[in-house]
Parts: sequence; structure tokens; C-alpha cells
Amino acid sequence: MGSTLFQKILDTHTVLARDDGLRLMFVDRHYFHEGSFHAFNILRARSLPLRRPDLTFGFGDHYAPTDSRRIADIADPEVRGIIETFEANAAAYGPTAFRLADPGQGIVHVAAPEMGLTRPGMTVVCGDSHTSTHGALGALAFGIGASEVAHVLATQCIWQAAPKQMRVWCSGTLRPDATAKDLALALIARIGTGGGLGHAIEFAGPAIDTLPMEARLTLCNMAIEAGARSGIIAPDAVTAAFLGTSDTWPDLHSDADAAWDREVVIDAAAIGPMVTWGTSPEEAVPLGRHIPRATDAADAAQAAAWARSLAYMGFVGGERLADIEVDRVFLGSCTNGRLTDLRAAAHVLQGRRTTVPMRVSPGSSAVKRAAEAEGLDRIFIEAGADWRDSGCSMCVGTNGELVASGERCASTSNRNFPGRQGRGARTHLVSPASAAAAAITGRLVAAGAL
Amino acid sequence: MEPFVSHTGLLAPFDQDNVDTDQIIPARFLRKPRDAQYPRWLFHDLRFAQDGSANPDFVLHRPPYDRASILVAGANFGVGSSREAAVYALLAGGIRGVVASGFGDIFFQNALKNGLIPVRLAPAEVAALRQAAPGASATIDLSTLSVTGPDGTVYRFEVPDFARDCLLRGLDEIGLTLSLSHKIAAYEARHDAA
Ligand code: SF4
Repeated sequence: MGSTLFQKILDTHTVLARDDGLRLMFVDRHYFHEGSFHAFNILRARSLPLRRPDLTFGFGDHYAPTDSRRIADIADPEVRGIIETFEANAAAYGPTAFRLADPGQGIVHVAAPEMGLTRPGMTVVCGDSHTSTHGALGALAFGIGASEVAHVLATQCIWQAAPKQMRVWCSGTLRPDATAKDLALALIARIGTGGGLGHAIEFAGPAIDTLPMEARLTLCNMAIEAGARSGIIAPDAVTAAFLGTSDTWPDLHSDADAAWDREVVIDAAAIGPMVTWGTSPEEAVPLGRHIPRATDAADAAQAAAWARSLAYMGFVGGERLADIEVDRVFLGSCTNGRLTDLRAAAHVLQGRRTTVPMRVSPGSSAVKRAAEAEGLDRIFIEAGADWRDSGCSMCVGTNGELVASGERCASTSNRNFPGRQGRGARTHLVSPASAAAAAITGRLVAAGAL
Repeated sequence: MEPFVSHTGLLAPFDQDNVDTDQIIPARFLRKPRDAQYPRWLFHDLRFAQDGSANPDFVLHRPPYDRASILVAGANFGVGSSREAAVYALLAGGIRGVVASGFGDIFFQNALKNGLIPVRLAPAEVAALRQAAPGASATIDLSTLSVTGPDGTVYRFEVPDFARDCLLRGLDEIGLTLSLSHKIAAYEARHDAA
């Protein structure tokens, strides 16, 4: 019986295998961010050194202000303290760190791939659940908690049992008006946020073969929202072009006779622009439709969950999505903060005006420079949007950039949990083009409907 | 680390599926140090109104559940972010075990590293424990991998051997792995040569 790509990478990185199936896995790339301070505290409390500073890279993203690159400008002393701690830990332990003012600064899952740090066949971990993103480059990548971060800092290894293997086969090709974000939301709507629990997902099929790298990053980013700790795509010519290499990776693919614990087939050609209506990424429907009623739910548990979601979102159920008015729009995050995302939104905004506040935070400082080089910033600014610096920003609001209670925000981020963008904030997850359409119309519509 | 062998405590029903880590501790509290204030961040937005007053309806505010140490949830508890602070907040709030029919994968690992026992049972078993009378208690025994409910029913659960071993003996995983440094060094030598 053959192996999956995930299993092959795990095998080549196994330092030690226990009889119970647990392995000590070597980590090729360990990324950290400001939130990793708990792990450095653990290291410090035990007077342990950082084993491999050369394989450890820090990114200032979660607490980065998006209106200044100067720490001294940060008004909130707690936020300032967190960033200072990040920079002090980097200085004390010696890894490369991309600080607030560095040209390489950016959201770890945007900046590290674009710098070429993440490469096919590598093992990648970070104390952030969206580390699944890096699997788009054919790397085995997953998010870990603070204790595990401390363990990796100290040992450059992590104990890992092979997860179950799930293949998501994407047939057909995506329609021009659909994006990887829509594909991800359609998949999660189908299998649920628990659908991938205990599994690693490999995305494959004709729709994946033709998917550009930035779209692959978006798709793998959302694997965690399906419950899977990692998503992976076999490296190919698209990967090589993105990395600017002529390398090929003949061994990095799942064997034809690999065993899958679960297989899901999804027809990419049947997917259009999607939006979430509730408080879980699985509560997603195509734009242009109606919000479901709790009575439409499959069972009592789902009906109760839907009723809670509807109440939080300020709906009764049955509303037409196109009638739903939004208060603001956020374009950015590690899901949709890349250059092609900004281009897609700018394409919709060009020559038009926003009618609700729109914040644009590029996924990295490099994305910001590239966007400005091709004039995208002018399009956003002329449309009335707020063009900011790079950071996690309104995806999570840890830097203080929050959506007000009761406000409705069309957002290109990845989580619509209650309070995710701020207490009482109502989040609707959409693609960049749909976000732009919402900014123009002030309602939840697809760009094609303009 | 303190060894964990078994724990007996009051059950609190928390009948909700997909309780994400943003619910367990909202992101704006992630910057907070683990000090005496920490218990307040647990389920903060569910427990406290915007003006800071306690929501009397929230289960952990209603006696006898305010003394509960075992939370009985629904499906997919702890999905979402990797924040270990979710586990820190539960522990700070006096919770030592969570019973659910499924857990977020990262949350499950984080819990085990900190001596918070994630007890995965079948949905019907979870429901039975959730319906226990107010003030009823249960015992989570890690050595036998069992939960004994208030009526004496014994439920079996699973935890990976290695994590269980570390918890039962109070072993520290980092220390254990560091004792294998020679293996790691050998791997590094092979890898660097390649
Ligand atoms: S952009 Fe959002 S999801 Fe991505 S790393 Fe930052 S906070 Fe997490």
C-alpha cells in the first residue's frame, strides 16, 4: 500500500518512532509571533536556550498597528508591551525576526511563503492555527499551542501521531466569479467545522491543478476552519513558478494506492460567490440566496445552534441576503491579504465609490509595496477606502482595531465566531471581490450583481 | 508538573456545540498575564454584560454550578484558534476536565499539556452526564481512563499513551525530549550532510 504526501514528509522527518505510533518529528521551520510570549516565558523559566535560531523566524503581526510603524506611537500600553516583548525575546534568543518597522514585516502566513521560507517537503509549525496555510507549498504544516511552541524552541522537534488522512478531490474548474475562498466556504458548509477533526486534508483534483498559488494558500488557510489541523497540496509547476525555481519534486505526491480514511468530492464548477450568515464558518450559503430559518435545520441540535446564530447576527431567518445592510468592510488577513486578493477587490472598486467604511490592510509590507507599485492604493483611496499598513488588524482586533458591538462587517478573514472582530460584532465572511461589492452597495451582494 | 491521576468534582452542563476558543477567552484578553485576574477572562463575553455586571443566567454563575470543576459540553469543543490561553482560562476558572463528543485537535493537545483532561465520549454518553442532577459529581480517573458518573455508570475514554504517561507521573515533556538530544543531533547531522 502506498503513502500519502503527508505520511511521506512525516516519515522523512522522524527522529524517533515509539511503539505506540507517536513520533518525534524534526521541524524545518518554526515561526512565531507576538502571541508566542507564553512559550518564551516557559523557556526562560527553565533557563533553556533556543536550539535552532537559524530555523526560527518571528513575525510581528497580531498586535501590529496599521497606522504607524513606530512602537512609540502605540497608545495602548498593553499592546505596546506585547510588541516590545516580542522584539526583546527575538533579540535575547537570536532568531531572525521581522519587527514592526522591517521591510519583511507581515502576517506570518503571508510573509513567510512570499519570502520563500516555506518550501515543498518541509515541516512547518507555528503557534497559530492558520499555519495550515503553508501546506499550499507542499509542506507539512500545522498550528500548535504555547506548550508545544516552547517544546519546539527547546528541542526543534515535536511529538506527533500521524493524523487520519482525508482527501478533498475538487473536480471541474472554478468559475470566473468564484474564488478559493468560496470553494473553502462551500466545502466547510458541506462537511462542517468538525468535518476534518483528527484529519490532515490533502486538496487535489483538476480544480486544484489549475489554481494559482495565492488561491491555494487561501484554501489551505481555511483547512483549520473545517477542523483539520493541516491542509496540503502536492507541489507542481505552479509551486515552482511561485518560488522562482526550476526544481521539481518527483517524490512529493500521494501514491495512487495510498489509503484515505475519508474522501470528499466537491464539484468546483458548481460553486459561486459564498457568504456566511451565522457565527460558524459552516453557516455559509451562496450570495443571492436567503438566510435559512432555524426550522430548515437538519436536526434539533442544528436548529438550536442556528437559532443562537440568527439571534446573535440580528436575523429572524428567511431574509434575502441582498437586503442585508453592512456597516463596514474589512479586506485583509492571512486568508485574503495577498496581492491577487487586493487586485480582485480593486478591479471591482475601480471607478466606483464605497458607501460604507472599508479598511484595507495588506497581508504583508511587501504586498503593500507591490500594490502601491501598480497603483492599487490609488484605486482604494479614490473609492474612499482606508489604505493601511500590514497586520492581522480587524481579523481578530488584538491590536485594538475592532468592529463595534452590533455592527455588521463584510470581512475577507476566516472566522465569524461571536465576538471575533470585537464584542457583539457581526461578521460575514466573503471573498475580496464580494467584499468590494459590499463596500460599494452597502449590502451583501456578489460583484457580478453590480 | 503536578501529576494528575484522578479528579472528582461537580458537573456543569454547557449544552452547546462548536464552542470555539474565542468564546472560551476572547482575543482581547490574550495579552493578559496569568495572574489573579485570569479567572475573569474565562467565557468573559458570555459571563459578563457590556457594563461588566455578571450574567446571572450563565451556568457557572448559578449555584451549585459555580463550584463545578467538570464541564459537560456538546460536540467539537475548543475549535478555532491555537490559543493555549483557552486552557489557562479554564484551569484558572477551576475546571479540571471537559467532557464532549469531540474536541478541536489543537485544544485537545493544549489541554493535555496542562493537566486539563479532555474526555471524549459518545454523544449519548455526554448527554447522559449533562442531564445529571444539579450538584451531582463525577470522577475522572486517568489511570483507568474512565469517568464514573453520579449514578455509578462507568464511561471509558481515550488519551494518547504518551500524554497519559506524562500526566500520571508528572513528567515534563521538554525534559523528556531533551534526554533524547543525541538522537536529535544525529538527525541534524544526517540532514545537514544531505
Ligand atoms: S490574520 Fe487573522 S487568522 Fe490570520 S494569523 Fe492574523 S489573526 Fe490569525
